[in-house]
Amino acid sequence: MTTLTNDTAQNALVKDTKMRSPLSEFWRRLKARRLALFAGGLLGLLFVFAFAAPIFLPFTPDAFDYANTLKEPSFLHWAGTDEFGRDVLARLMFGAKLSLLIGSSSVTIGAVIGVTFGLFAGYYGGWIDAVTMRIADVLFAFPGILLAIGIIAILGPGILNVIIAVAIFSVPAFARIVRGGTLGLKESTYVEAARAAGAPDRIIMFRHILPGILGAVIVYFTMRVGTSILTAASLSFIGLGVEPSVPEWGAMLSAGREYLMAGKWHLTFFPGFAIFLTVMCFNVFGDGLRDALDPKLDETK
Amino acid sequence: MSNESELGAQDLLLNIKDLKVSFANGTVQAVRGIDLNVAPGETVAVVGESGSGKSVTALSLMRLVEFGGGSIDSGEILFRQRNNEICDIAALGDSAAREMRGNDIAMIFQEPMTSLNPVFRIGDQIVEAIVTHQKHSVADARAIALEMLETVRIPDAASIMARYPHQLSGGMRQRVMIALALSCRPQLLIADEPTTALDVTIQAQILRLIRELQDRTGMAVLFITHDMGVVAEVADRVVVMYHGEKVEEGAVEDVFSAPQHPYTKALLTAVPRLGAMNGTDHPAPFSKVSTTETEPAESKAIAVPVVDYDAEPVLSVRGLTTRFDLPEGLLGRVRKRVHAVEKLDLDIWPSETLGIVGESGCGKSTTGRSLLRLVNSHFDEMRFDGQVINDFDKESLMRLRREIQFIFQDPYASLNPRLTVGFSICEPMLLHKLETRKNAFDRAVWLLEQVGLSADHARRYPHAFSGGQRQRVAIARALSTNPKLIIADEAVSALDVSIQAQVINLMMELQQKFGLSYLFISHDMAVVERISHRVGVMFLGQIVERGTRRQVFENPKHSYTQRLMAAAPIPDPMQRNKDRAQITGEIPSPIRGINNPPHILTYRDLGQGHQVALE
Repeated sequence: MTTLTNDTAQNALVKDTKMRSPLSEFWRRLKARRLALFAGGLLGLLFVFAFAAPIFLPFTPDAFDYANTLKEPSFLHWAGTDEFGRDVLARLMFGAKLSLLIGSSSVTIGAVIGVTFGLFAGYYGGWIDAVTMRIADVLFAFPGILLAIGIIAILGPGILNVIIAVAIFSVPAFARIVRGGTLGLKESTYVEAARAAGAPDRIIMFRHILPGILGAVIVYFTMRVGTSILTAASLSFIGLGVEPSVPEWGAMLSAGREYLMAGKWHLTFFPGFAIFLTVMCFNVFGDGLRDALDPKLDETK
Repeated sequence: MSNESELGAQDLLLNIKDLKVSFANGTVQAVRGIDLNVAPGETVAVVGESGSGKSVTALSLMRLVEFGGGSIDSGEILFRQRNNEICDIAALGDSAAREMRGNDIAMIFQEPMTSLNPVFRIGDQIVEAIVTHQKHSVADARAIALEMLETVRIPDAASIMARYPHQLSGGMRQRVMIALALSCRPQLLIADEPTTALDVTIQAQILRLIRELQDRTGMAVLFITHDMGVVAEVADRVVVMYHGEKVEEGAVEDVFSAPQHPYTKALLTAVPRLGAMNGTDHPAPFSKVSTTETEPAESKAIAVPVVDYDAEPVLSVRGLTTRFDLPEGLLGRVRKRVHAVEKLDLDIWPSETLGIVGESGCGKSTTGRSLLRLVNSHFDEMRFDGQVINDFDKESLMRLRREIQFIFQDPYASLNPRLTVGFSICEPMLLHKLETRKNAFDRAVWLLEQVGLSADHARRYPHAFSGGQRQRVAIARALSTNPKLIIADEAVSALDVSIQAQVINLMMELQQKFGLSYLFISHDMAVVERISHRVGVMFLGQIVERGTRRQVFENPKHSYTQRLMAAAPIPDPMQRNKDRAQITGEIPSPIRGINNPPHILTYRDLGQGHQVALE
């Protein structure tokens, strides 16, 4: 039932000479996903605020004000003050920088390493696969937080080491996801077709296999960012992450917990809400990215 | 009841009246008002292309269509139950429908691999069906199950009962499916493409079995298929469906000898008939008949290239061998090997089509892959386009992968779903640095026009095309590097017959235009006969008979070639009752112990290139 009708000849005259690369096709589809773009924009805004906060905020995060401790939100302090009278909003804004930095950079590092190892392990198999996956097994054997504690015990506390610790324990999960997907796709006919056409291994891996797995990687990435922010917070809570005086969402949340029973809801609500909003934005944005990677879900046509 | 009198008067088993089925909340009309009758003991074949609504009709009879997201919008499906009561299947409640399924009406599916549950033993699956529907004790049910397996002629049925589906071959599994379907003695058996996934010799066995069982039990069969050859073999009456409507109905002889509707005519013209080329030396394209009023019949004749056999072959291989090791146990020691291709010699001349036929597992697909070293293959000697190729080193491999292109069976699977077809066509040119990006795209557009598509298709993704169009895209991609040889691995097997004819004609047209050679690998004898200059018949990794198409098809000398020819269904109901050789047996396995290499065949030369392996 091919409808190869005569109008094809006319269409051929108005030829669209522009070849779109896979990347520009991807961007075109991403633009069509408004909600994901909105979430992405919100994340971008958060980044801007995080770095521009010192310019327009009337308070610094470390300004003690013992006359106004534990105040509920007011016109002056939009998110209230903490037990030292510090402005919660200012601390949240400064904390955004840290949390986003730790969350996204650690997972990015972990994802890049994990995806590369997983891709090579799955594609080449043999001893590369065996060695990579056994290392992943060892890393998996430790609970995440324990592994992070162990790594920090070796490297010493500090923000950079928190990032490294969280990155390392993200690696095996990414490697496994990618390896599994690669094993499936490397047997697919279109990969064989590419090989028959003379495509070298790197083209097959990065053009034909990787985009097929990226959907799962992105979804996991966005979930992982949320987890990483929480892990970093947990590390701060037990004193292995940032120092207590540094404004960080997780640390603020932990500190605010003590005052929850005293009715000081704003100390936990605002950091919690900030984490929630950030994680949700990452998830929605991630969903959009995944859909944009799949031409079958093209809504613009 | 008026229903009762109507069915009673006509003595029908099944009477479908104006059935309408739609999907996606009524937006897609799959079946648009079908009327269909089946008398007891009758075989009715429903024929049509994919998407014609034939399977949906069958699923509606079982009330399974709701599970696939469809709904019966209107119409009646009157069915005479065993106790002579008439019920309207379309109006049954869920539990009543469940009771009817498998009991009064049974169904067998296309894929015997996926329709048996892989984690239960064969015997247990049949026993479950009997116990559920017939209130027998388990012990009785086992006895019935055993009897059923013997009825479908499964050798050593008692031990098969204890096996799992994956331990059986495709043909055996389909027999088990039939035994399962018959275990409750249904009045109507719906067979939805039951032999499409099977090899020809196995298909012949299964078709014969269904016919015999029908004679013995008196059940009616509703046979859903797209294969006119199968229709001619089994059907009493034929119903032709097109776009969800019945376009023709009649006795099988009448439909084949005097088709009325243009679609039926087109369908019959497009069917490749084994023996249709008798008495000719050269391949010939299918004659074209328009399927609809809007599509004009193509009248331009396709010239068939004449091959110059005095010239040097474009590809010449000696001793092509591919073996797969089968590691066993913890240490991965190799005790057995699959001898997929064994010391194969091939010669293909410029502008020639060499057909390779054989059944699944004979190594024909591996042969194509071996030439491009997509599998771990080696050879004794190889010459390509006048140059000796010593080894599969990187340079010569790149050259081979540029000059030899591949077309795969499933065009959808062979195109990367995440790349536009334009980019997919460009890719080989870019990989071999034959064109700049800009020129590559222009050439891709030109190639799309060459295969009958248009420039604006270049920006679409594979999922937006029909099966035939996708295969055209795959052909365009194969042409992009200006290859000398194209390996077509079952390139038309997954397509509907009319599309199949179009694609074959296109391939022949392109062969003439670009001077291409084809290595045409297929299990379909009739298609190979149509397109090939020379033919090789492959069995267990070696060629048992080779020669010109005329030599092999008109004068087959090897017993295996003769078996294959006898098994191919003939799309002519008049020839059905001719005594045909009883075909039995399974296809032997190419797996051998490591110290037990296969015997290398020696050939007897019958003159003019016709070689037959000594038996």
